[in-house]
Amino acid sequence: MSSAVETVPAKSNDWALWLRQIGAIFRLEIEKNFLGRRSILIYLIALLPLFPLLIFALVTPPGREWQDINQYNMLYAILYNGLMLRTVVFFGCAWIFMNLFRGEIVDRSLHYYFLSAVRREVLVVGKYVSGLVTSIILFTSTTVVAMLLLFLPHIYSQSVRFFTEGRGLSHLLTYAGITMLACVGYGAFFLVVGLFVRNPIIPAVLLYFWEWLNFLLPPVLKKISVIHYLNSLVPVPISQGPFAVVAEPTPAWIAVPSMLGVTILVLILAAYRIRHLEIRYGSD
Amino acid sequence: MSSPDQLIIFDNVSKFYGEILGVNRVNLRIAPGITSLVGPNGAGKSTLMNLMTGLLRPTRGSITLVGIPTDQPQELFRKVGYCTQFDSFPRGMTGREFVNSFLIVHGYDRKRANELSQIALERVNLVEAADRKVAGYSKGMRQRIRLAQSIAHEPSILILDEPLNGLDPMVRAETIALFRRLAAEGLHLIISSHILHEVDMMSDRVVLLNNGYIVAEGNIHGVRDEMEEHPMQILIRCDQPAKLAAYVFEQNHVVEARLHDDRRGLFVKTRDADRFYLKLNRAVADGEVNVETVAPVDDDLSAVYQYLIGPSGGSA
Repeated sequence: MSSAVETVPAKSNDWALWLRQIGAIFRLEIEKNFLGRRSILIYLIALLPLFPLLIFALVTPPGREWQDINQYNMLYAILYNGLMLRTVVFFGCAWIFMNLFRGEIVDRSLHYYFLSAVRREVLVVGKYVSGLVTSIILFTSTTVVAMLLLFLPHIYSQSVRFFTEGRGLSHLLTYAGITMLACVGYGAFFLVVGLFVRNPIIPAVLLYFWEWLNFLLPPVLKKISVIHYLNSLVPVPISQGPFAVVAEPTPAWIAVPSMLGVTILVLILAAYRIRHLEIRYGSD
Repeated sequence: MSSPDQLIIFDNVSKFYGEILGVNRVNLRIAPGITSLVGPNGAGKSTLMNLMTGLLRPTRGSITLVGIPTDQPQELFRKVGYCTQFDSFPRGMTGREFVNSFLIVHGYDRKRANELSQIALERVNLVEAADRKVAGYSKGMRQRIRLAQSIAHEPSILILDEPLNGLDPMVRAETIALFRRLAAEGLHLIISSHILHEVDMMSDRVVLLNNGYIVAEGNIHGVRDEMEEHPMQILIRCDQPAKLAAYVFEQNHVVEARLHDDRRGLFVKTRDADRFYLKLNRAVADGEVNVETVAPVDDDLSAVYQYLIGPSGGSA
């Protein structure tokens, strides 16, 4: 057998090779994410906000206030915060990103990647990007469709004006951007959890409660969460209730780079972890 | 003597799973050719192979394969292929997709990956089933598709954990022939097996493991020769076995001489086979006996295994 080196780029061309490998891993993973047996739950989660909105679309709400676009703005803000961010994106990302590695350990197929001539850090990047693209496509679509589904059926002409001439489009894009940022942040967290913890449900539930109780936390602790930064970016702030500890929202120019910075640190941690990861399916 | 860049080197390697011993104080230098790891279940064969391929990290010591440390997969797996015992596959793939996709992950372009997959599938005789889903394969086919995946990128070191498991006799023979061809091409083949006569047939050298320790290594006959506490047993078929018994029993290295049940042969146990053969030659030359055949009875892997590891040695 001849050496494979002549057809695989040499070391001087590492970046080109890594990009090709990331592309190859991405293609394998994206197919699994969208078409694998684990994808059914993701679709159900992504469709979750659309079911009540579909029903709502068929019912004409009573009262004059429902002819006011601001009512819908507020309703969407509440829906987005409570259902989209804290439930759909959170649990969707948990399922997608935890399964990137943990799922392969459960299926006993991770070793095929480990036995390929690919740096394990490249594997982390390839898998993370595939998870990110999957979650962004699904949950950003849900964000957009949910907003249109709430606004358009009841006050169609007002809504069209709102999206074409008013702040509607800007709100829509902001919500979509926040969803993407949430996928970036939660995705990195759950990727690492899947690498470190044998049963990732427990840390996921702990984070879930931490994020839900964020409104009760003192300002310093609020900042050790993803939801605080995401809430700082929403175009329509909502009241967090009478018991909420009020804290200044973090400006977008700090919130976005902070989230991205922490994500990079978390991914570096994932890369360190995977370099030392052993294949011992029996103990997993 | 091979240079370190041609060898697989274990330098004082130990692996513990918590407090459980995997392997302990392994020092090995493996040259090209077929090397078999032999030992009962739990002896440490798979641990050694997983250490060699970086799937496990040594608790102590270091391992290099042709000069490459095992924590550099991007370099290592251009030269190494590993067919593991894990009988699991990524879901939903056909055999061809399975081989192909990991070649693309290696960094090959699609066209070259297709060519290499085809060659590998031909080598393991699985072309006809290549476009069927792996999930529908028999155990033997799954074994062969894993083998195809491990050889597809044309490695110079091939590590095979129980590669003959699940294969029918015909395919078994073909696979052993393939291993021989690969070894003849200059590859390192590291094979674990518990089917001793097959190991004996195909191996250039063996590493015997028991309870995480290497109990012997090297050419099987060389290993046998060094087992002085177990005298070599030789069967001589001749016309006058009783006379030959009296003749050889004068030698102090002969510890036992026993007539064969059919009284047409003599079993001799000797601590020095070379001197015994010289003495026997002299007897023949002097016309003392007419010898038909001379054959060592316990100069094979099974005997060495029995002596070193014992009959309770797991499945072996």
